[in-house]
Amino acid sequence: MATRLKGTDVVIIGLGAAGGVAALPLAQAGLDVVGLEAGRLMMRKDFSPDEIRNNVRGWPHAVQKANQEIPTSRATAASPTLPRAAIHPMQNGVGGTSLHYWAQSWRLNPWDFAVVSATAKRYGAGRLPAGTTVEDWPFGYDELEPYYDKVEYEIGISGQAGNINGAIDPRGNIFEAPRRRAYPMPPLRSNVFIDTMTAAAKSMGWHPFPGPAAINSRPYQNRSACMYHGFCNRGGCHVDAKNSTAVTTIPKAEATGRFKVVARAQVTSIDVDGTGRVSSVTYLQEGTEYVQPAKVVLLASFTYENTRLLLLSKSKPFPSGLSNNHGQVGRHYFSHHQGAPVFALFPFDVGAWYGLPAQGVAVDDFADDNFDHSGLDFIGGANLWAMSDRRPIAAAGMSTFGRAPGWGSAWKAFVHENADRAHSAYIQKTTLPYEDNFLDLDPVVRDPLGFPVCRVTAEFKENERRIAAYSQEKMEEWYRAAGAVAVQRGPVGGAMGVSTHAYGGTRMGDTSERNVVDRWGFSHEAPNLGILGASVMGTSGARNPTLTVQALAWRTADHLISSRSRFDL
Amino acid sequence: MTFISRRDLLKRVGMTSIAVPFVRRDALQATAATSTEPPAAAAFESFTSEEGKLMDAIVARLIPTDDLGPGATEARAVVYIDRALGDALKSSRTMYTSGLAALDRYAQASRGAPFVALPPIDQDSVLIDVETGAATGFSGSSATFFAMVLNHTHQGTFGDPYYGGNANFIGWDLLQYPGVRTMVTAAEQQALEHKQLKPNHKSAYEYETWRRG
Repeated sequence: MATRLKGTDVVIIGLGAAGGVAALPLAQAGLDVVGLEAGRLMMRKDFSPDEIRNNVRGWPHAVQKANQEIPTSRATAASPTLPRAAIHPMQNGVGGTSLHYWAQSWRLNPWDFAVVSATAKRYGAGRLPAGTTVEDWPFGYDELEPYYDKVEYEIGISGQAGNINGAIDPRGNIFEAPRRRAYPMPPLRSNVFIDTMTAAAKSMGWHPFPGPAAINSRPYQNRSACMYHGFCNRGGCHVDAKNSTAVTTIPKAEATGRFKVVARAQVTSIDVDGTGRVSSVTYLQEGTEYVQPAKVVLLASFTYENTRLLLLSKSKPFPSGLSNNHGQVGRHYFSHHQGAPVFALFPFDVGAWYGLPAQGVAVDDFADDNFDHSGLDFIGGANLWAMSDRRPIAAAGMSTFGRAPGWGSAWKAFVHENADRAHSAYIQKTTLPYEDNFLDLDPVVRDPLGFPVCRVTAEFKENERRIAAYSQEKMEEWYRAAGAVAVQRGPVGGAMGVSTHAYGGTRMGDTSERNVVDRWGFSHEAPNLGILGASVMGTSGARNPTLTVQALAWRTADHLISSRSRFDL
Repeated sequence: MTFISRRDLLKRVGMTSIAVPFVRRDALQATAATSTEPPAAAAFESFTSEEGKLMDAIVARLIPTDDLGPGATEARAVVYIDRALGDALKSSRTMYTSGLAALDRYAQASRGAPFVALPPIDQDSVLIDVETGAATGFSGSSATFFAMVLNHTHQGTFGDPYYGGNANFIGWDLLQYPGVRTMVTAAEQQALEHKQLKPNHKSAYEYETWRRG
């Protein structure tokens, strides 16, 4: 028999990058908030620099609900199911994946909010790729700017501004939209390779700049500066210099006395009353079932679980899943095209054994609509990024650029000389939603509780593959200008598979026929259900989603506070 | 001392050939003499004694002991794999059972002796067949089995010594990785860039900073 708990104002499902941020303004506004998190609380001592544990085995020391429900994937509805990933790209824990993410913290370009109208205006109607379901966001960059600013200062972002209230600073990104003030911290430090890449970009007339990161470049809010020890990629921080929500907004929200963290709580359904309003959340903790009533539910797990939990939460008012009476849950799905890598070999050591992947130099000259697409056969573009990231096992798996076999004495000699001479770029590209790319429940594969896992049916289309080929060309030029002696390119992309940058499934928009949540992030169908995360985003931009996810989460929380009477609060 | 390197072998026979070139006995003996003894059979936790010996022979070709220095044998990559098969790599156990048996059958059928009894040059040509998927008798492609063994050999050679491999930091030295640190100052970064940063030879768990498990 389930234990029914005392009701609360707001329950947040998932205390990661999104839910962990939303908790703070809500608690500060005096609302009682319960945060349900599937993982456990982890501290500095848990974040050892251990490639086998972190990168190969996917944090077995954490409670890994995610690893038991890894989505299945296929390219199209007619394609065979692909081999399932061994570990989930995201992870559970108080702080979620913000514990071990790379912490690149970008604002989107204004074009990303208005792809449809801006494309029509500049290039004429008909330039949108066939089959895309992309829409303009229901608001523009300017409306999100105050929330970007709040998050940047609250959690702490290092970076170099390129545009403060319209004043361009060429040390930063000259293509960025106006920001009201500088970043709270200067950029992370450079190194000889980043300097080399920066000089090479300038020599070609490009506009390189240091990328923004949720990592302390100097002590910030009583937390340490980064130690550059080299295990930031899928690793937590041993000095709390990575500004996960576990060390920023969550403890601050707890300090108000209004926010209660419930760890190891695995949510199994969101429950509704007879009128179609959400009434409670059911979860399992240590084998016991609990029902947590709430006036408002904020669903803030990752894109796959947001969709899955809605589809699993069937009821009389919502027979095909919560908030799915228009059949939009799972639609408009896409993941960032981060494939189509470029690999380079240099005749000198890159010095990447230490440092972090958020430390590097970016080029935005070929991103978004920062360049003229009149003579090109695609829209959108890519952010080029040269970073510092290397670990021994990964290094041993490096390309040998056709200069040595993959094992034996010649291989050994090759990696001895070249392990620190290789560099790779994964290149984030504009990726659009399409009619036939979607999420649903897998008809066969189930998690240990017997619930179907999420299934990804999605492939990169012609527009994404053309951006890939174009940006690989630019990346190769950049590497060659910096002195690379060999360059290789990966394939331009097919099936999307499972990704850390997964968008859509509960898209935000003004019409309930095409979107799951409204412009504030609340369900069109179940009005006291809010959804946080990249699952509400309708476009990706050419850069990491987390800061935008966090700004949106804060905005949704602010809306909840300002219209609290409508939510009976 | 002359030694037929794998690079020379590949130049001579091509990547997929199964030709059996001449190899000098004394060179092989010299190599064997510089190797540390493989772990005793009784030490295996997951592998049978036969499987363990076969794995020792395989990893000794993947990352050989040679003029450049010690390899996967001295790093005890097989100790890592053997332990992990009872733990994090449990799901790979059946692939090892069937894959190792298939590899040995293939060595016997195509080269006339069990893998461990073949001279290294023949062992390499067997492994090339397994790597390229040309070897027969495997359930599925032999290439899948090879990729798994190579991947786990990398883990056992280049992972943290806490897991039983990378003994004496052989793997990290091979890559010229100066080791796990709690912090790297700008001055240390510059030393790294000038190849002047000395390896510190410490497991993550030799620091009090981090908790095991």
